[in-house]
Amino acid sequence: MTLVQEPELFLECYSVTPDLFAGKSLAEIADLPAHEGKIQWKLGDFFKFEGKAGETAADTKIVVNGNVRRMKRFGQQMTAGEIIINSDADMYIGGWMKGGKITVKGNADSFLGIAMEGGEILIEGDAQNHVGSAYRGDWRGMSGGLIRVKGKAGNDIGTAMTGGTIIIEGDAFIHVLTHAEGGTVIIKGDVEGRVGGQMVKGDAYILGNLLYPLPGFKKVATVEKEVDGATYTFDQFIGDLGERKEKKKGEIIYGNIFLKK
Amino acid sequence: MPKVIENVGCPYCGCSCDDVRITVSDDGKDILEVENVCAIGTEIFKHGCSKDRIRLPRMRQPDGSMKDISYEEAIDWTARHLLKAKKPLMYGFGSTNCEGQAAAARVMEIAGGMLDNCATICHGPSFLAIFDNGYPSCTLGEVKNRADVIVYWGSNPAHAHPRHMSRYSIFPRGFFTGKGQKKRTVIVIDPRFTDTANVADYHLQVKQGHDYELFNAFRMVIHGHGKDLPDEVAGIKKETILEVAEIMKNARFGTTFFGMGLTHTDGRNHNIDIAISLTRDLNKISKWTIMAMRGHYNIAGPGVVWSWTFGFPYCLDLTKQNHAHMNPGETSSVDMAMRDEVDMFINIGTDAAAHFPIPAVKQLKKHPWVTIDPSINMASEISDLHIPVCICGVDVGGIVYRMDNVPIQFRKVIEPPEGVMDDETLLNKIADRMEELKAKGEA
Amino acid sequence: MSELLIKNGYIFDPISGIKGDKADIAIKDGKIVDKVSSKAQVIDASGKTVMSGGVDIHTHVSGPKVNTGRMMRPEDKFFRGSYRGGIIKQGKRMEMGFSIPSTYKTGYAYARMGYTFTNEAAMPPLLAPHVHEEFRDTPILDQAAMPVFGNNWFCFEYIKNKELENNAAYVAWLLNATKGIGIKVVNPGGTEAWAWGENCTTINDPVPYFDITPAEIVKGLIETNEYLGLPHSVHIHGNNLGNPGNYKDTLDTLRLAESYKAKNKFGREQVLHNTHIQFHSYKGTSWADFESGAKEIMDYVNANKNITCDIGQVTLDETTTMTADGPFEYHLNQLNHIKWANVDVELETGSGVVPYIYDKNIKVCGIQWAIGLELALYAKDLMRVHITTDHPNAGPFTRYPCVIKWLMSEKARKATLDTMKWKDKVIAASNIASMDRELGLYEIAMMTRAGPAKALGLAAIYGSLVKGADGNVAIYNLDANDLPSDPELIEAAFQNTAYTIKEGVVVVKDGEIIAEPHKYTLWTKVNMPENAQVMHDIKEKFTKNYTVNLENYAVFDEHVHNPRAIELDVA
Repeated sequence: MTLVQEPELFLECYSVTPDLFAGKSLAEIADLPAHEGKIQWKLGDFFKFEGKAGETAADTKIVVNGNVRRMKRFGQQMTAGEIIINSDADMYIGGWMKGGKITVKGNADSFLGIAMEGGEILIEGDAQNHVGSAYRGDWRGMSGGLIRVKGKAGNDIGTAMTGGTIIIEGDAFIHVLTHAEGGTVIIKGDVEGRVGGQMVKGDAYILGNLLYPLPGFKKVATVEKEVDGATYTFDQFIGDLGERKEKKKGEIIYGNIFLKK
Repeated sequence: MPKVIENVGCPYCGCSCDDVRITVSDDGKDILEVENVCAIGTEIFKHGCSKDRIRLPRMRQPDGSMKDISYEEAIDWTARHLLKAKKPLMYGFGSTNCEGQAAAARVMEIAGGMLDNCATICHGPSFLAIFDNGYPSCTLGEVKNRADVIVYWGSNPAHAHPRHMSRYSIFPRGFFTGKGQKKRTVIVIDPRFTDTANVADYHLQVKQGHDYELFNAFRMVIHGHGKDLPDEVAGIKKETILEVAEIMKNARFGTTFFGMGLTHTDGRNHNIDIAISLTRDLNKISKWTIMAMRGHYNIAGPGVVWSWTFGFPYCLDLTKQNHAHMNPGETSSVDMAMRDEVDMFINIGTDAAAHFPIPAVKQLKKHPWVTIDPSINMASEISDLHIPVCICGVDVGGIVYRMDNVPIQFRKVIEPPEGVMDDETLLNKIADRMEELKAKGEA
Repeated sequence: MSELLIKNGYIFDPISGIKGDKADIAIKDGKIVDKVSSKAQVIDASGKTVMSGGVDIHTHVSGPKVNTGRMMRPEDKFFRGSYRGGIIKQGKRMEMGFSIPSTYKTGYAYARMGYTFTNEAAMPPLLAPHVHEEFRDTPILDQAAMPVFGNNWFCFEYIKNKELENNAAYVAWLLNATKGIGIKVVNPGGTEAWAWGENCTTINDPVPYFDITPAEIVKGLIETNEYLGLPHSVHIHGNNLGNPGNYKDTLDTLRLAESYKAKNKFGREQVLHNTHIQFHSYKGTSWADFESGAKEIMDYVNANKNITCDIGQVTLDETTTMTADGPFEYHLNQLNHIKWANVDVELETGSGVVPYIYDKNIKVCGIQWAIGLELALYAKDLMRVHITTDHPNAGPFTRYPCVIKWLMSEKARKATLDTMKWKDKVIAASNIASMDRELGLYEIAMMTRAGPAKALGLAAIYGSLVKGADGNVAIYNLDANDLPSDPELIEAAFQNTAYTIKEGVVVVKDGEIIAEPHKYTLWTKVNMPENAQVMHDIKEKFTKNYTVNLENYAVFDEHVHNPRAIELDVA
């Protein structure tokens, strides 16, 4: 699908998912709704369509051409299939995703992969804030899947995470794995601070510098671990000592921060 | 004969004092004297009966000047523009009564627009923290009657809430606190030595932007890991942390009041979130509550009213008209303004031109801008349309919510300037006009 | 002169004793009458079940802690990218929320189920104006609210000093100030103790400082209630809610009513209404050996006519708990570690809010589910046992049709049991699997309108189709002579009426809102001579201890929406 008309404001592309395209003709796809504020448009008012949708979501691959920097909600709630976006895109990419794969050849805005349950997201540029986080108020955040951001990210990486993996290859700002009860976050660049705050359980791997570590984590060991295909030596910190902890078979389970030596 | 009106509510700060005493002229038009209230409150009442109050809506002319128009024209103009805009935003409500806030909800639901209040630039982070972590709180009378330890964290009531300490927290002699200040321990945590710190027993001069680490440290002590504390956290020495934690643990009833020091430094909602975690932790050993120092006398109002109307307290996206969506960061006023995501702006009971970042104001200024406010302010001076309204607590009554969400019934003490409408009436007329236009097919 | 005639329906009206006879109902100018003229609007209710509009005796729909629940739970509206409860806009305003609906949804959703009156379960007096604001914004439903008295400093002192007349004068004054309808008691003494972080878990634990026991508080308030002759009885949420073994504390609480007789001119016969009694019917010593105490509780309730109760049925949903039992909510948070809100209210009460998931695959939740149903199925007199879910504590009120289905169909109960992972353990710890009783429409009418109306002392207005009552009628798509064998169809019929009529105006047709006429705020107006001592005490406490001035405390007339006073005189 190729962008032929820019919206005045922002366009909500909640219909652009393999699940909603599957089994439909190009004309039916062009008729799917998209909102700009209170105005309900059709996708065909902004995009022209070529090719053929698969019979099922899994067989459907959507390629988005043109500059969709002002379009949000691509791939929301999708269960299978693939989306490739050839520019920057706005918020909620892959939100509540259950399966399938999304690639953005550019930057992503905030709320990337919000409350993700499965599948894969690859951002070749930067992400903003709230990567793989929970919706406001929900103690159940990202529970599965993989998010990889090749550039940098902002704040709130994996807030209230319970499972899955997030990899930020560049730097991150603050608040990684806050309130987490599981999950893994790998940051290859530097992080300013607040990693593992109020964490019950979860694992953070930081390959760059952690500028302001929290007092609630104490060093217990030096270990070697393989992370995203390479092996490094890490100082292992357990915590958050200021947060409640669960027990399994009488043993306390801690969250971990691994800082590369 | 001048008339004395007692038990009047003060429409300024979140203390929402209701013991103001107003002496009004015989003809009910002038306020002669204002007693019991602080300096800021006195000004509001004086301003309310000023002869310079705007009496009619004013419309921007092509040459930049303002021309008086009728309320009917102003209502029609606003209604038409709301219907025409794809994503209009109505923001403000720091200084409106709840009846007005309920009417605004009706307007924006019919218009299919965005509805937000000053929390979005103020205690919004507190809402985010409450969403994620709850809110163990109490009414201010509980503090007055029971509290023996008070913490002001990132808050300076001496300036922002002048009567807070004397009416509610430090000085009053309540049922179980007959010795008042003498038997209370006051702890102020602030990077500056403020006037509030000046009356405290302990001032922890925390390193600005690192309150989260200090909360983490206090929690470690409560969870039994005091020995694992580093020598210094966020500029506070380990011994001090242990000493203050001990005071908190031994409190009979403690309350933490917090303000912009936590909401507006790095981490924002997380700072309050961890404060709530600490408060909850302390309830294992002692009795503690926490309270947001809401700024305006009824800024809690829209949060309360829109929660029962829509289920969300702020940053409301009503564009679909059949359901509400909220996600601060996307649906928040400043974010939308910065991204140029709205195409009409109504500033009501506030001054966005003064308080929003300049780039946001510039974006909004590209579109139709209406200011609904009794006063001339920066927003009205750049508006396309300025509609004056009554001042809640002065020339219109109504319900307001104090900082602890206790409803205070305000009275009107003077008559409004001739012809001036109150927010509720004005907004309902705008809503009615939109329905009329829709029915006629002119939407 | 508006007239409505509902023809040929199967009428179930326990107050008049009509058990499914085919008859016509005539309404003129909003009231039930004997007959109407030929100009009347006619509704053909052939093949349908007709009852009076539903009466909910206990639900948390309007007020500060309800709103705290709404505010703190964005995820109750929007979950995993979709809107819980779906997107519905039929009336003038949108409908939001699942376990804690917005006020507009509350009015519309109750109306769609055929309800026309709800009794707000608890009103903190200091925050009464908030309750009344929400009443104004709740369409269609007539409402009343019960101020809480069980942790009130004035009541502690008067009851401790055995000053019955003073306590009565204070209660009358407070009902007037808050425009409330009756005396609610929540965790007597315990919520005051919670202001210091403590609790009263038996009826004999003394309240810190005030040195009065819950037993004394409850008895003092029952005496006060009958001295005044209020329409409703004391309405109690007793001590030790929610803990295994608490059935003993419940029996202790119920026994406090034994020596009292109801004194009122409203037809009320009970002196104590125990609300959401499911939460108070737990046997066992811990969650491990937790089991149903429903039989023990109902043996007592069945034998004692001075008690009424509502069941507080668990619906197996993700919902929100909220109660003036502050310490209980803290305790629940410590169990499930989900966000906790708390508001202690000066001199009067407290409250807490914690989300809760009643997971059918957790043994304890299955047993709780069984207990609520057992209480109803053991009941001998269903006029005294009412359907509630303690909304939203045990489940949203929109699940009442599901509760009705379970009570009317053993097959439906078995189907639900079959979905439980620990079905065998649930069966072993309860009695539900061996109970084959199925309630009929007449009994359901008792539990959902006639019984609650009578217990509230409002049977002349609501809950019945007797001449002179308000013309509130629910017409369900159920052929009383040919009920569907599929229990899901019973639930569907109660979920959306064919017609809901409020004071003769059709507000719901085929499950859709078509009108939003006016609604009333019901309250009890006690006419009694002013009591100088009590007025002095009130002035003193406001001057010294409250943070709101006395003159601003009572709800201003302009903030009470369409008041409708139930008047009574006390010498």
